[in-house]
Amino acid sequence: MVKFEINDLNIWFDSTQALKDVSMQILPNEVLSVIGPSNSGKTTFLRMLNRMNDLNPNFRMSGNVMFEKEDIMKIDVELLRRKIGMVFALPLPLPLSIFDNVAYGVRMHGLTDKTRMAEKVREALRQGYLWDEVKDRLTESAFKLSGGQQQRLCIARTLAVEPEVILFDEPCSGLDPISTAKVEDAMVKLKEKYTIILVTNNVKQAARVGDRTAFFLNGELVELDKTDKIFTAPRDKRTDGYIRGKFG
Amino acid sequence: MKRNPHRTQNIAFFFLLVAMLLIVVPVSLIVVIIIQKGLPAINWQFLSDVPRQGMRAGGIFPAIVGTIYLVTGAIIFALPIGLLAAIYLSEYSKDNPLNRIIKLAIVNLAGVPSVVYGLFGLALFVVFFKFGASILSGSLTLGIMILPIIITTSREALESVPQSFREVSLSLGASKWQTIRHIVLPNAIPGILTGTILGLGRAAGETAPILFTVAAFYLPQLPKSIFDQAMALPYHLYVISTQVPNVDEKIRYGTAFVLLALVLFMNLVAIIIRYKFRKKKKW
Repeated sequence: MVKFEINDLNIWFDSTQALKDVSMQILPNEVLSVIGPSNSGKTTFLRMLNRMNDLNPNFRMSGNVMFEKEDIMKIDVELLRRKIGMVFALPLPLPLSIFDNVAYGVRMHGLTDKTRMAEKVREALRQGYLWDEVKDRLTESAFKLSGGQQQRLCIARTLAVEPEVILFDEPCSGLDPISTAKVEDAMVKLKEKYTIILVTNNVKQAARVGDRTAFFLNGELVELDKTDKIFTAPRDKRTDGYIRGKFG
Repeated sequence: MKRNPHRTQNIAFFFLLVAMLLIVVPVSLIVVIIIQKGLPAINWQFLSDVPRQGMRAGGIFPAIVGTIYLVTGAIIFALPIGLLAAIYLSEYSKDNPLNRIIKLAIVNLAGVPSVVYGLFGLALFVVFFKFGASILSGSLTLGIMILPIIITTSREALESVPQSFREVSLSLGASKWQTIRHIVLPNAIPGILTGTILGLGRAAGETAPILFTVAAFYLPQLPKSIFDQAMALPYHLYVISTQVPNVDEKIRYGTAFVLLALVLFMNLVAIIIRYKFRKKKKW
């Protein structure tokens, strides 16, 4: 059973083509790293999977993306986004308290029971490795947390909805090395339960975390293989050049 | 002659100061004169009694009540409609030429002279809908007059809520309406209240829109329903200043003072609510 099957996906914004003929499969419970220089289409690819690209009025596409054998354009978009969570590049807490940030998604899906809600929030914060740091200050504004804590809060917020897939869009780009390590630890643990797709600018992070790695360049999927293979014996010389730091 | 940067700076500073004084001095003079000449007229009888002796004595109670009714009616009508229209324009309407023209037209409507709204209200509410000269007609006319202000400021407040908040909310599987209701609106309330404050002040102070639609020249009893005529402070001020001879200056300035104080008081309420919301804001 594959989680995602992507067939001949092309994406344009206005007349600029962002993705060209991408076809690939994403497997359940794997960590797929997506690497490539900026402007290579990796974020566009990621935002396609939970249909965040739809928000751009200039977005056009051809081809299809199947999620568990169903065309994502035909799935109810709110249901799709419940199953496919997303963590953004910058820590983006909502202007609410720490507790309400984590509770937000669940609340929007209709849970009103206060005891259940408290359990869910606690559980999500534990999974995001943040519980011990915030358990005494749940009513404070989420903006009072440090950058690294905010990003783990965003992870916990995504986990609270109990998705099947989590999309990470360069989740450590604004974080210091220690916070980055904590976020990476969380990701590795999460793959037991979730399918994870990690877009990253940090080639070493892709090597550390990913089971498989996809390399994008100028909107094309250049290579997709087991991570150790990509990093030891890539088939394409452009992949080789990128991971050796010759460009990008 | 060599250029002296210090001197050019002083010259620039001088003109900036003059411009500022040109604004501040007349405004403070208006306030000072109204307080100085109006305050002696203020007493309990002036605030609570009906006008007597051809409006040359007695109080202005019916006019105060009338203005409060009219402003309240205008806000009750304009705030919900304006807010809903603003939400539609900022969150749902697509960015195309037609919608851009609509937005521009609404901004320009805020600059239409108030007497035009008065005529419009006369034709539509008084004559066509047969509401007659009544509080209802006057409130609706004032409401239509302040709609553009409320729509424009509310739209700006909604659009200033960061796009990223919306994306986060949507990415968690919230619907568009939930996102607006729980994320966008609460963070736009201070800006929306600013628009309401501006609208309130305008509705309370305008004479022309109520002239044809509600205002009574002299009506010593209070209105009993929204289909009654009413006195109103700005129109009363106009009447005792120009239409009735030999009105004591004290009474005229006293009326202006009450109008000013009333607007200030209503603004103060809105400002306090806005402050409460700003304090709750977590970013």
